[in-house]
Amino acid sequence: LRPPAVSSKVFVQRDYGSGTISKFQTKFPSELESRLDKQQFDETIQTLNNLYAEAEKLGGKSYLEGCLACLTAYTIFLCMETHYEKVLKKISRYIKDQNEKIYAPRGLLLTDPIERGLRVVEITIYEDRSIGSGR
Amino acid sequence: MKNCEYQQIDPRALSVSPMSAQNRAEMKAQRSRRKWEVFPGKNRFFCDGRIIVARQSGVLPLTLGLIVVTCGLFFAFDCPFLVEHLTVFIPVIGGVLFLFAVISLLRTSFTDPGILPRATPEEAADIEKQIDTSGSSTYRPPPRTKEILINQQVVKLKYCFTCKMFRPPRTSHCSLCDNCVERFDHHCPWVGNCVGKRNYRFFYSFIISLSFLTSFIFGCVVTHITLRSQEGKSLIQAIQESPASVVELVICFFSIWSILGLSGFHTYLVASNLTTNEDIKGSWSSKRCTEESGNPYSYNNIITNCCVTLCGPMPPSLIDRRGFVPLVEASPAASATEIELPPFLAKNDSNMCTRSTKDVLARMVHAFDSRGLCPPGTPKTTPVGVEVSSSPSAGCPLFSRSSRKRDSLHSSNPAFRLASPSPSLSRNTMILGEGPDVGFIPIP
Repeated sequence: LRPPAVSSKVFVQRDYGSGTISKFQTKFPSELESRLDKQQFDETIQTLNNLYAEAEKLGGKSYLEGCLACLTAYTIFLCMETHYEKVLKKISRYIKDQNEKIYAPRGLLLTDPIERGLRVVEITIYEDRSIGSGR
Repeated sequence: MKNCEYQQIDPRALSVSPMSAQNRAEMKAQRSRRKWEVFPGKNRFFCDGRIIVARQSGVLPLTLGLIVVTCGLFFAFDCPFLVEHLTVFIPVIGGVLFLFAVISLLRTSFTDPGILPRATPEEAADIEKQIDTSGSSTYRPPPRTKEILINQQVVKLKYCFTCKMFRPPRTSHCSLCDNCVERFDHHCPWVGNCVGKRNYRFFYSFIISLSFLTSFIFGCVVTHITLRSQEGKSLIQAIQESPASVVELVICFFSIWSILGLSGFHTYLVASNLTTNEDIKGSWSSKRCTEESGNPYSYNNIITNCCVTLCGPMPPSLIDRRGFVPLVEASPAASATEIELPPFLAKNDSNMCTRSTKDVLARMVHAFDSRGLCPPGTPKTTPVGVEVSSSPSAGCPLFSRSSRKRDSLHSSNPAFRLASPSPSLSRNTMILGEGPDVGFIPIP
């Protein structure tokens, strides 16, 4: 059984309007119009943006983690997982979940931005070989 | 010499060709490699990718040596006397400061400073496609800059020709390491690594602890000699009894000026949320006579700025050194290794050309004392292969002197061979200033 061929890839770029925080543009790419609702796409990207904001949030907890790390000469990072890493795991679970429920049935695949250096959200569009709706 | 032109990403080459069963089997038989083994930048890796350093270690051994030797002499020669005459806490404090300084130094040197992985070929093609606003399917090289608004301020994003992407704000390409580094501060030879987003806090704690350490040792040695000479002996006699103290005094005296100065400077940078790169270039200097510094990243509050820079969340390494290179992938990177596509072969040729151009230019730059004479922005944008223009182009590339390429490691992944010399924004070239974009001549 031949795997589906990639017909094209769409890249959702970063939105730097608020500075260097990780945030992606919510502009709906025209290539996805035939496959996906704008609303679903928006929801996915907004959730991702919120998760990244949570990871990079400045507040009491992150400062505490930073100060503790400084006091232990940063050796604590060798044994403890940082808050950021925990949220990244959450993000990859979310993406897997979205792929299973929404994107794969439409012949699309979301790539976790961390695999692209947090530069883009890559959406792979597979060619639609079935006559009805996507695979 | 071959004509070096900007090689556009051929969109036809990006479609997947079906792999034969034999190829697939061959791929599976290959040992799966970790990503650090095929890393395109000029870095060295140890402990199977756990430790990353710049290719040139700079004077890191000297830095370590100086610290260890000075502290060793201190503990061996000054501490016994001081413990006897003053308190036992002196070697304890000295020991704590020494450990802190050395650990911070090693963390700064061996941590990924915030390297951005290079764009995949499909991403690069996509960026090129977007630039052409007329909507036709021709591909042209992207413009050098793109302007965006950050907190109501116009910021220019530059296109990196090596990494094939628009650099995020505050990111700069280090020519010594051949990587784009986020929140690039500077490339520190003392530490043998770039200082960027992920290791700035280690660097800062290193220079602060080193300031305390050198001041502490200096103070203790002065106390030691003073106490000795007070016991009815002259100063000369005291020095003769403890010659190591003089060595320590000399080292500390000369270090203190530079280290305290550096600490003060970086404290100012941290408090105003600036990088050395931005400060030297005067990106947010008071060109406008407003009360605010004009820095869109500053929180306009010293404490917040300090907390954000030093105690903020620790971002992860984006280059995933210990991950495995995907063998079976529906992308041209893997498939092209097995199936030779003519466009990729052509690209390889041009990249060989680029590399040799780079070597020639490196020799010329070296010969002409790089500051004065600037090679063109990127050889790929001018029709003539090797030409040295007298007008400084923006972002003049500073070719590293040891530009040995790890050919064996690059051979498996032609995606990484799409690299070309990039405009460098490392510290050395900032002095040349940011002129208008003259170096860019699109090929018709």
